[in-house]
Amino acid sequence: MNIVVCVKHVPDAQADRGFNESDNTVDRAGVDGLLSELDEYAVEEALKLAEASGGEVTVVTIGPDQAADAVKKALQMGADKGVHVNDEAIHGSDAPATSLILAEAIKKATDGNPELVITGMASTDGTMGVVPAMLAERLGLPQVTYASELTLGDGKVTIRRDNDANTETIEASLPALVSVTDQINEPRYPSFKGIMAAKKKPVESWTLADLGIDAGQVGLANAWTKVVEIAKRPPREQGEIVKDEGDGGTKLAEFLAARKFL
Amino acid sequence: MNSVILSARDVDFLLHEWLDTDALFERPTFAQHSRETVDAVLELAQAVATEKFAPHARSNDLHEPTFDGTTVSLIPEVGVALKAFADAGFLTAGVPEDRGGGGLPTSIISACLAWFHAANTATSGYALLSMAAANLIRTHGSDAQRTLFAEPLADGRFTGTMALSEPGAGSNLSDLLTRAIPQEDGTHRLFGRKMWISGGDHELADNIVHLVLARTPDAAPGTKGISIFIVPKYLVAEDGSLGERNDIVLAGINHKMGSRGTVNTAPVLGDGAHTPGGAPGAVGHLVGEVGQGLPIMFSMMNEARLGVGIAGTAVGYTGYLKSLAYARERLQGRLLGAPPAGPQVALVEHPDVRRMLLAQKSFVEGALALMLYCSRLLDDAVSLDGRAAEEALALVGLLTPIAKSFPAQWCLEANTLAIQVMGGAGYTRDHDVEQHYRDNRLNAIHEGTHGIQGLDLLGRKVLLDRGRALGLLVARITQTAERATAAGGSGEGYAAKLLAMTARLRDVTTRVAVAGGGAEVLAEATAYLEGSGHLVVAWLWLEQWLAAHGKEGDFYDGKRAATAYFFSRELPKVGLWLDTVAAHDGLTTALDPTVL
Repeated sequence: MNIVVCVKHVPDAQADRGFNESDNTVDRAGVDGLLSELDEYAVEEALKLAEASGGEVTVVTIGPDQAADAVKKALQMGADKGVHVNDEAIHGSDAPATSLILAEAIKKATDGNPELVITGMASTDGTMGVVPAMLAERLGLPQVTYASELTLGDGKVTIRRDNDANTETIEASLPALVSVTDQINEPRYPSFKGIMAAKKKPVESWTLADLGIDAGQVGLANAWTKVVEIAKRPPREQGEIVKDEGDGGTKLAEFLAARKFL
Repeated sequence: MNSVILSARDVDFLLHEWLDTDALFERPTFAQHSRETVDAVLELAQAVATEKFAPHARSNDLHEPTFDGTTVSLIPEVGVALKAFADAGFLTAGVPEDRGGGGLPTSIISACLAWFHAANTATSGYALLSMAAANLIRTHGSDAQRTLFAEPLADGRFTGTMALSEPGAGSNLSDLLTRAIPQEDGTHRLFGRKMWISGGDHELADNIVHLVLARTPDAAPGTKGISIFIVPKYLVAEDGSLGERNDIVLAGINHKMGSRGTVNTAPVLGDGAHTPGGAPGAVGHLVGEVGQGLPIMFSMMNEARLGVGIAGTAVGYTGYLKSLAYARERLQGRLLGAPPAGPQVALVEHPDVRRMLLAQKSFVEGALALMLYCSRLLDDAVSLDGRAAEEALALVGLLTPIAKSFPAQWCLEANTLAIQVMGGAGYTRDHDVEQHYRDNRLNAIHEGTHGIQGLDLLGRKVLLDRGRALGLLVARITQTAERATAAGGSGEGYAAKLLAMTARLRDVTTRVAVAGGGAEVLAEATAYLEGSGHLVVAWLWLEQWLAAHGKEGDFYDGKRAATAYFFSRELPKVGLWLDTVAAHDGLTTALDPTVL
């Protein structure tokens, strides 16, 4: 089975992340980026399925030049080929526009017939988690989301979704789109051999025009939502020091109760 | 990402801004690699070291290996980490391509290994031993030995040991007693006792490949009568399948001060605990020729000793980063003249704490530069032609005792300073730095003690060599000084100091050479080693200063500050060491030990 995985290049959460002052978008140039950790689970799951079934894994990303690193990392892990959609007009795109570009890229990469699309459950920068559902709708595929287990068989995909109070087993007919959680597997590291092999793997670089998308459908100016203001989190306030005069325990309990911890 | 294991920024600076690693990729030997490959490999090393090695470094120390009389038990995280190391391909990434490896430059492999040692030097030890054993068999073994032993070592199915020392023979290998008796089938049977053997038994792998030094019957006395044998824990059939248990067991394990996670053992060969083929005696396979044991072992010694240097450097480096992070956060006291009721300042604001941090920085970053420089010389030796390759090899031979010893001594001092910066907290087991000190203390002892390195440098690498390699070093130092003089500013002052001290080294070397290198001279070999070591590291600080010259930002300012520290506070010590050598006054040779 041929599988498409959507991946995103995000600012390193360990670094000092920020926003562009001019338009309140995420600063992607001034911070080291990497393949979103939540997407590594999607890549790993696709690799496992492809290894078992003999298919190919294609990774698709959208983003500026450095987003190619996310594709490269997935290729080093073992994916077979990559697609990088890179166009200045994409800057500032919201989730509907992102899903539009991804959908067209997936159609082009699969001649309009994707068999299985796997995504992470959210990106680690935007953390909206809505793109998988929007993408499924645009591709006309059934969506099964937040999978912490995934099996294929009889033309169906079956997932387990762990909720707070229960566990659901959900089936969908193939082709389908699945988003996976960070509980589904342990992503592999790239290997030295994988790093060497990745240099020879094909990566397509497409623009909006290659996908037949009008620049007026995407980008910051056409976003349905907009970040209007950004304020830094205020510094943490000075802690309250309670002197224990024999009633320290009571005071501590009162402190916690007042904040509804007890 | 700011790591407290190692500085990726510094590694990047040394490899690319200083050593111009990209130039290697233009040579046929390394043409298949690129900046992209090495960056990805370094990133991989950082990730595996951070996620699989570092988390159990403490546990490895607190729950040291146990031995129940039959089996050695380790915490399970060790096996998981080593599997990740093998799966990532690090066991063979640095092996030349024509021997089935990845052909990565040694300078890149050394930087990767620094990540692993800094994260967890004890667990790294197992992988390093396997790499060394595989390398020796690949280089000196037969085709069958390569297939049956080197290949499984290279893919992580087997692990290796180096079984040299005995209860009565450590630094003095010529006194070893283990016997190897030839058998009709071409194998040997070994009988004897070994001591201080790291990784001598455990359940981490399917098999353990011991490389054992032993004497054959009628062998010449001394080192010429020593041969080297492969002694597997389980016999290996021609098809690679595992057979009977070999007659090598443990008398016990040693309980160490540090590096506790690397099990250290006392193996017994041929006591009849097992009887392979129905008879006692450990089955061994001769590697190379009879009597070639020591030359074979020592052909791997440059790499092994550089490996120890990398370990010492890395453990010092991580201690520096951890004490620096602590000093930036911990509020303690006020600066002189500040109002007593005012807010406390971070430790890092105090001049004496800064002194200790700057000293650490100068030792650990200087040592890392030294390790990568020596590694680059090994790369040059295999990728350049003719005289350039010969020069690189001669220079790395000269620098190896320094590269082994400087980190063991001065990165250990960095660990002492890391404890000191953190005060009482640093002395507790709540923090890592006390363990780093204990772990690092090993590095002046194994793979040739500090004293042996002094004798190697002065006796063999300088006097026996008649100063040829030293001349190459002096030429390179002089070139650096000329560039620093041309750069101007503080570079001129550094260059003058460096040249003056280099002239002093030449002068003292000539003087002891003329004196004939007798017992009084060699008695001061350690002082010669330490003086040369500081001089070499000062030179490499000036090299780093030049690489940072004209560049702005905290990182480069840090390089300039550490250069200033090393030249003003450390380089002057060289004169004292060299004075001792020049005097070779016989204080220790003439001393009556009863007065001690």
